[in-house]
Amino acid sequence: MHVVIVGNGIAGITVAREVRKREPTWTITVVSGESRSHWSRPALMYIYMGHMRPVDTLPYQEHFWETNRIDRVQAWVESIDPATKSLTLDGGVSMSYDKLVLATGSTPNKFGWPGQDLKRVSGMYSLQDLAAIEEGSSGLRQAVIVGGGLIGVELAEMFHSRGVHVVFLVRESSYWSNALPAEESAMVGDVVRAEGIELRFETELKEILADEHGGARAVVTSDGAEIPCQYVGLTVGVRPNISVLTGTAIETGRGVLVDDELRTSQPDIWAVGDCAEIRRPEGQRNLLQQVWYTGRLQGEAAAENICGGSSPYDPGIWFNSAKFFDLEWHTYGTVLPNGPETDKHLLWQDRQGRLLLRLVFDEGGALKGMNALGIRYQHRVFERWIKERRGAEYVLSNLRTANFDPEFTRQYERTIAASMRSQL
Amino acid sequence: MSSAQLIQIGSPTPRPALSVGGKPGLRGGEIVAVVSAALGALVFLASFFLPGAMSGWGPLLGSTILFAGGASSYFWFVYRDTTPGIKNHGLWASSATARGVIGWLLGAALTAFYCLLYWFPAPLEGGIRLLDPFALFVSGAAANQWFLYGYLYTIAILVMGLRMMLRYRHNRYQLLRTGSVMFFQLGFGFLIPNVLKAMNQPEFYFTYFWPLKPEYLLPFSQGWTLNGGSLGVAMIAWGVGMTFLATPILTYLYGKRWYCSWVCGCGGLAETMGDPYRHLSSNSDTAWKIERWMIHSVLVLIVAVTAVGWAHEWMGRPWWGDGGQALYYKTYGFVIGAVFSGVIGVGFYPLMGSRVWCRFGCPMAAVLGLFQRFFSRFRITTNGGQCISCGNCSTYCEMGIDVRSYAQRGENIVRASCVGCGVCAAVCPRGVLKLENGPVENRFAGAGRPVLAFLESLGLRKRS
Repeated sequence: MHVVIVGNGIAGITVAREVRKREPTWTITVVSGESRSHWSRPALMYIYMGHMRPVDTLPYQEHFWETNRIDRVQAWVESIDPATKSLTLDGGVSMSYDKLVLATGSTPNKFGWPGQDLKRVSGMYSLQDLAAIEEGSSGLRQAVIVGGGLIGVELAEMFHSRGVHVVFLVRESSYWSNALPAEESAMVGDVVRAEGIELRFETELKEILADEHGGARAVVTSDGAEIPCQYVGLTVGVRPNISVLTGTAIETGRGVLVDDELRTSQPDIWAVGDCAEIRRPEGQRNLLQQVWYTGRLQGEAAAENICGGSSPYDPGIWFNSAKFFDLEWHTYGTVLPNGPETDKHLLWQDRQGRLLLRLVFDEGGALKGMNALGIRYQHRVFERWIKERRGAEYVLSNLRTANFDPEFTRQYERTIAASMRSQL
Repeated sequence: MSSAQLIQIGSPTPRPALSVGGKPGLRGGEIVAVVSAALGALVFLASFFLPGAMSGWGPLLGSTILFAGGASSYFWFVYRDTTPGIKNHGLWASSATARGVIGWLLGAALTAFYCLLYWFPAPLEGGIRLLDPFALFVSGAAANQWFLYGYLYTIAILVMGLRMMLRYRHNRYQLLRTGSVMFFQLGFGFLIPNVLKAMNQPEFYFTYFWPLKPEYLLPFSQGWTLNGGSLGVAMIAWGVGMTFLATPILTYLYGKRWYCSWVCGCGGLAETMGDPYRHLSSNSDTAWKIERWMIHSVLVLIVAVTAVGWAHEWMGRPWWGDGGQALYYKTYGFVIGAVFSGVIGVGFYPLMGSRVWCRFGCPMAAVLGLFQRFFSRFRITTNGGQCISCGNCSTYCEMGIDVRSYAQRGENIVRASCVGCGVCAAVCPRGVLKLENGPVENRFAGAGRPVLAFLESLGLRKRS
């Protein structure tokens, strides 16, 4: 039995590991054009900033691959033929499979801006992007970043770490306002500004202007301003990377369409991670999840099913985390910037604008979600409270037990509880 | 193929940041600070080449104030303009901190200094004489090479400790811990032993115990009881109590960190002067294997040395008569005390990271580690499923623990070598790690129980 996995991100590698746990004799091959080994994509920024070498971002030491007999092939896949159960790799090499897993990840969005393919213009997704950014960094004095999300802030921090002035164009009127409620959005915006980043809200990219060598020299914004720059980072979200499936019988929508057991429309082909679009019953939006842990959970479910099981993917209670320069953010459960009117929000912020906790309760008074900035809370505890539908009084009286800050960190739970009780 | 080649990208060698926080170049205050530190260092160095030319308090105070004041204010100027947070920018791109030419030169210089100190102190004479006024003041005797060593060691911990505090000023664990090692070095590692000497008492270090300081429990040291009177007896009692009572109890309560990263002088130097080099500790499985063999061999060796020493004593000194002390300093003292803990342990900071001695050689760390692994409330816990496998924790672990390999599986980290410095938890960009003392019942949550794993590895128990 030969399992071929296309893509060596967290989703693909989880499939490989989990299949190996269940099937000691199968042949497992992971194909990736980007790199020979699995590496941690969220660590990209730390390579550029000089915190880590590329080798430090490898989650498994070299002997892991031999011990677990997971073969690695560095090649781009050119085409897939479900009828003959084979792939063609670059260079014309053909590879046959018994079971195929698509874990091809995402690709940064580009919206047809004039100049988007110039030199010194890129997204911030792959090792190849990193190489382009590194190359474009010599003589770099001012960079423009387009798109106010998580990756945009990472790229801003990267450039900032090397003394490059950054102009950050955000379409909305505050930072990442489609994911963060107003107070969180404002706090992150303040932190980014305090670093010396030039945040320009309600500003969109219209055009990138070229110099005589075909590299970016300036951008023109929606308000007609021309901003000189030597690099343009396009960080306006990602979309599933499914171009290799064009013309195949594998059904696609925004991503590779899969059922809740992560099977595609073709037999013996699965899809996991960023590239997978999980069908939902009529009237519900299909699920497209593009964070690290969902890739891992999907990989675990798919492996079970590849090995003959029948295990639907259970996304569980949503969580996510990020770091905006020095400000850590954790979210557990559902916190929407424009949630239902019936939701009850309890909010606490410190006076310096560096700490924030928001608890959201549904109309029945049960905990739905939380946002924390600058304070660490235990994931498992909040997950349990959300599952157990705990009310505000319970959560506030037990808040301290959920704190996960380092020892000796000043604790604010008493103040938080008092402030939130007064909002009830 | 080296693992570095695994990722084939267009060789993006990062450039060093011009200065921390991306503010290019040196500015007024920083230039004054650097010039001052350089002048201080120059005066001090000059004393080595002009023995006797500098006398009195003037040159000593002048060079110390210029150097320590200059270096401290330089760090203050550098970090003042950065926002509080993790700023490891350019560490892997700088020649000094990424085993570049400067790193090798620093390593060679440190190693050379230790060689002179231990075996060829004659060239240090000028510097030793420079310290005479201070040595006479605190210890009532002229300085010797060990006074010079203690003086430089203490200045290094204080100045680099201040730097550590500025770097981690957002983290109270780091502030308190660094303050603690600075306090113990200044007081217990330097002033108190010298003041004791001035009072005609044994030069006793209350913060070093057997087996790190084996002399304290070897027969030849017991002469103190006669020379030191009741204080000598108290010192021996203190040593015995710390080794056999306080060490197990404190390690049970707090892990080995109570000593290794809060009190110990070797740890103190590693946590301050060694901070710029902590990422150079290898976290490969091979390094871990070598570490386990070496550190436990040293422990077995010192237990044997101590046992034989006492056997000799009780049998009426049949083997080497009264030559125990000399023999000790020629053998264990030379190989482990001087070569390993000094020359390699500190000299190799810029090449192999800041904890070479603590990790591969220190028998005290071995004992504390065994307690910590099998009998302690200390562990590092992970926060649910949030690890993104980035590798910052493993990279910045000065003990070379592959922290990520536990964190990405959601397992607690219960490792003998962990000194509890807390830097893994500080550099984690997702807040996944937390140092904790807690109930022992679920301490191994997710991880294999060590005794059972050991029995399994011997085939005495079926793998679950």
